[in-house]
Parts: sequence; C-alpha cells; structure tokens
Amino acid sequence: MAVSQRKLDATEARLSAMALPEGGAWLTEARETALARVRDMGLPARRDEYWKYTRPDTLVDAAATTAAVFDHGEAPVFGDIDRLKIVFVDGVFDPAQSDALDGENLTIERLADIGAADIHWAKDLYGALEAKGQSPVERPLAALNTAFATDGIVIRATGKVARPVSLIYQHVSESSDVVLHHIIKMEEGADLTLLENGPAAARFNKVMEIDVADGAGFHHVRAQGRDHERRAITHMFGRLGKESTFKSFTLTVNGVMTRNECVLELTGDDAIAHVAGAALGDGDFHHDDTVFITHDAVNCESRQVYKKVLRNGATGVFQGKILVQPGAQKTDGYQISQALLLDDDSQFYAKPELEIYADDVACSHGSTTGAIDEEGLFYLRARGVPKDIATDLMTLAFLAEAVAEIESDELSEEISSRLEGWLIRRRQA
Amino acid sequence: MLEIKNLHVKLEEEDKQILKGVDLTVEAGKVHAIMGPNGSGKSTLSYVLSGRDGYEVTEGEASLEGEDLLDLDAEERAAAGLFLAFQYPVEIPGVGNMTFLRTAVNAQRKARGEEEMSATEFLKVVRAKAKTLKIDADMLKRPVNVGFSGGEKKRNEILQMAMLEPKMCILDETDSGLDVDAMKLVSEGVNALRDAGRSFLVITHYQRLLDHIKPDVVHIMANGRIVKSGGPELALEVEHNGYADILAEIA
Repeated sequence: MAVSQRKLDATEARLSAMALPEGGAWLTEARETALARVRDMGLPARRDEYWKYTRPDTLVDAAATTAAVFDHGEAPVFGDIDRLKIVFVDGVFDPAQSDALDGENLTIERLADIGAADIHWAKDLYGALEAKGQSPVERPLAALNTAFATDGIVIRATGKVARPVSLIYQHVSESSDVVLHHIIKMEEGADLTLLENGPAAARFNKVMEIDVADGAGFHHVRAQGRDHERRAITHMFGRLGKESTFKSFTLTVNGVMTRNECVLELTGDDAIAHVAGAALGDGDFHHDDTVFITHDAVNCESRQVYKKVLRNGATGVFQGKILVQPGAQKTDGYQISQALLLDDDSQFYAKPELEIYADDVACSHGSTTGAIDEEGLFYLRARGVPKDIATDLMTLAFLAEAVAEIESDELSEEISSRLEGWLIRRRQA
Repeated sequence: MLEIKNLHVKLEEEDKQILKGVDLTVEAGKVHAIMGPNGSGKSTLSYVLSGRDGYEVTEGEASLEGEDLLDLDAEERAAAGLFLAFQYPVEIPGVGNMTFLRTAVNAQRKARGEEEMSATEFLKVVRAKAKTLKIDADMLKRPVNVGFSGGEKKRNEILQMAMLEPKMCILDETDSGLDVDAMKLVSEGVNALRDAGRSFLVITHYQRLLDHIKPDVVHIMANGRIVKSGGPELALEVEHNGYADILAEIA
C-alpha cells in the first residue's frame, strides 16, 4: 500500500530532529537500515488500520508528555525473589544498583558497550527479528527503536540459568523519554527466566528480540509499573526453534497509555508459545495488547490468554492473530480475550483473527465483554460477603485464568498478590 | 425468630404482584414447611427474605429476632443469622470453595464484631464438617460448585450452613435434583443442625423430604398467600390428594 505523502512528511519532520547514536560499524549499519525502514513505512498515524483503537500521537510526538513520578509506597515487585538485578534509571544502566553481570551459563553485556565494538555476535540478531516482524503488518515504532536505542541488555544463555535475570526500570525524571533495545539469545537447550518491572520513563519505547534455539525454554514475567501518567510502546519479537518453549506474562496496572505488541514465529516443529496478560485500569487508562503469532512448522502449540478489568471509563484493546502458514499441520492454536467492565463508561475493543493455510489444524478463538455476574455476586453476598469484597473476589477469579499461565508458583503468587493489592487499594480509596 | 406480617411483593420489572399478604411466624427451634403448587410464590418469599434484587416490597414487614430484615443488604441479613440454601446453587469459576467459605465465615464474624477464624482452625473445622457430609478434599479445593453434580451442590449448601451456623435457615427446594441416598445425606446434615436456638423454613413440593426433616408446622401457600396451616399431617394430605381439595376448600 502506498504511504501517503502527508504521512511521509510528518515522519521526516519527526526524524529531522533526531540523530542516530554513535556506535561501532555493525551497530551503525543496523541502525541505518532500521532508519530506512521507518522512512519507507512512515510513523503510525491516527487513521492507520492497525492503530484504529489506540491513538499513536503521544507515542510518536517529538517530545514525551511529562509524567509525574509516582511514589506508590509498595514493596517492589519480585522483591522477595532471588534474582540477578539489572537496574536502569530513566533508561540508563545503573551499575551501583545492579548485580555483577555474570552467572553460570550466562553472559550479559550492555548494548552501549558492545555497540562500540567493531564486531559482535549480536550483529546477526539486532534488528533482524524486528525487521522480519514488519511483515505482513508494519510496526514502525519498533524500527524507530532499533534505529535510536541507546542502551539495553544483551543476554546469551548457554544452559540452564538457575536465578532469574531481573530488569528493573526506575522512573526518576518527569520528562524522561527512553528507548531501550534488548537482545536475548537462547542457545540450544538453554533455559532462562526473565523478569521485568517498573515504569521506566515518562515515555518508554522498548524492543526485545528473543531467539529461542531448539529445545530451549524462555520464561518471561513482567509488571509494568504503577505510574499513572506513564506511556509505553513495547515490542517482543520471538523466534522459536524445534521443541522450544516461550512463555510470557504481563501485568499492567495503571498507565495512561500502554501498547504491548508481541510477535512470535514458530519456526521449528513441536514448539510451544504461551502469551498472557492481565490488565487493571481505572479512569484515564488505555491498554492495548497486539499479538501476532505465526505457525510455520508442524505440531506446534500457541495460546493467547488476555484479561482486562476496566472501570471509570478505562479503555482496553486486543488485536490478536494466529497465522497458520501452508504446511504447518497439526497446529494447535488458542486465543481468548476477555474484558470485565465494572461500569457503563468503560470500553473494550477486540479484534480476534485467524488466518489458516493448512488443513489439519485445531484453532479456536473467543472474546467476551461483560459485567460482573450478578448471580454469583448475590450468592456471595447471601453468604455474608460484603458487596465490595464479593466484587473483588469475582474480579480476581476472572483474572485467574491469565495468571495461571505463569508456570512458576512463586511468580504467579507474586502477581496474584499485586492484583489483590490493587483491588484492596481501590476498595479503600 | 422469623416474623412476617402482611408481606406484599411485586417484581420490579414487570409490575407483577407475587406475594399478596403473607403472614408467618417461625418460633425459635421450630421447623416450618411451606408447600404449594408451582407459581404460588414460595421461592419468591425465600428470595425476598434473603435480599435478592429485583423485588419490591409494597406492603408489610419481615423481621429476624425483632430486627427489620427488609432494610438490610443481603450480606447484613446473612450476618444477622439468615441463611438461604439455594434451589440452584450458583457456580463461580475461579473462586475456590475453601476461599469462598473462609471469606464468608470471617466476613460474618467481622460484621458481628467477633474475632476472625485462623486458617488452621478453619481448616480443622471445615474438614470435620465436610467429612460427615461426604464432601472430599477435592470438592473443597475446586471452584465453587463448578462441575459439581446436583447432589454435590446441595451437600455443599449444607456444608456452608454448617460452617456459618445461622439462626434462621431457609431451604428452597433442597430436595430437587436429589436421589434417595443424597436426600438422606442432606437431611441428616440438616437434622444435625437442629437446635433450640435455630429455626428452619423448608420449602418443598413433596412430602418425601418431610419424612426425613420432620416439620413442626406445615403451611400451604397458594396465589401469594399462606392459605392453610397445620401439623405434619397436612403434608400427607397433600401427598395423597394434591392441592385441589385444599384450594377448593378455601375458595
């Protein structure tokens, strides 16, 4: 489709104020190629089909809208979990708060460091999965990220990694505008749990490229931080090899603008991809899950489980697709997106899609939007449970299916307690 | 214990009068049964007393130990000691049966200004009570009523009743959907709870349940009113002759 001149002009105007970061030869090349992709596609505009339910303006604007730093007075997420901590303050790696960047079966480097080198293994990955993920649907903000990311973490797992690697994003400046790009390479048979938490910045553009080789397992649990005014556009691009596993869960509470895109390609037989999310929003909250899973191998399984609880005019969006390529027989694809609207002012837009070019597959999808079940609510109240607690119990029950996608009991309990905490605070407010 | 005077109730949405002047007094420690043809208002009475939305009381009053029930929310009525065993217990996916029970027990205790039950104490009590009702550990762990058979659901109602120890228990067609063995089990559960300080109102279509849960008083309800009251023999009369004779008699 031809890109309108108006859109290209707007894109050029935006890019003209930006300069590519300094770097070594391989990274500069990757950045220039990405910049060319942005120029070809143009940055997202309000009338783009893929941005029909989420206005891209504040994610594209030259400057980030300021966001107050929120002192939530809550123990940090994952705080009690034994993990390797890597801290970014407004998008800048902070060695003082971080642990030593090493571990068994693990190498961890900073993009800012390896970018200065002339050559690095990450050359084959940086921007590669992002570039591949631009088709069949364009994701210009991800290409923008590849071009302008200044820092990020580059992880290579060569075997089972015992302690989770935990990325902690701290938001300090009200006007911070952060672009981070992470690379994760899971070698054959490797296993890693990656945690992410924190609001990161007033505006956060993050790309994570994850290459999961044959037989490897990647587990990801993320909590996006409770700052009310923060904005985020995040992309996960994953490639799954034979018999590999990819599991990702995201908790989002608060935030005026969040769009999380997840683009996975199952390229080896018998691979498994489970992606899930729970979002709770109150008032001026906009949350968009955009998922695209491509089956390009035999006997793979994918699951998408997304749940949103919306109140006081909050908005939720789900765009999820399963694409089954010719020959991807015995695909087992499942997708569910559900919203619980706690009042008449909140809205949920869902666009579930299946596109199947193989004839021996089992794919199903569903989407529901509804209020709390009155029958269940009365049953609880008739047993003496006050209405507000009963509502919270029903809300947690609604979210439980998504939380159940987290494999580790320790992590799923941590997430459940955060959900409960959010509900209790709202109840007492 | 329970006192209902001249209770008139209509459906909020349809402007349809269902109860047309119910008078009923259930004394402490007594078991009263209400029988009556379909559509006579039996279930409506149980819902109105327990505080379900959708009904409007246009006249009359209802009180529990002198406390006006109609002014209270459903949860306040429960905390005051009212319990309704549902004809169709509701399935609540995602809420574990144990979590549900403990939340309910402690919410009621809190509302009454009593100390909450500890997790350990609760577990001990619930296990003992579940055992007598033949409710196994798996049923306790599962989400509330999800995947339960008809009999399991009714046993689960009685378990809730046993845990909450209400003063006034209303059983709404607890016998429906039960086979003979399940009915016996449920009745034994109810009989074990009979106590000088606890009253029961048993709503049923059939005399059969009353063989197991022996009532002190039997009322016949028709067309939104209690039209005849008597001893247990009244239930037998209905069983043999149907409602036609009684209804003709009062017409």
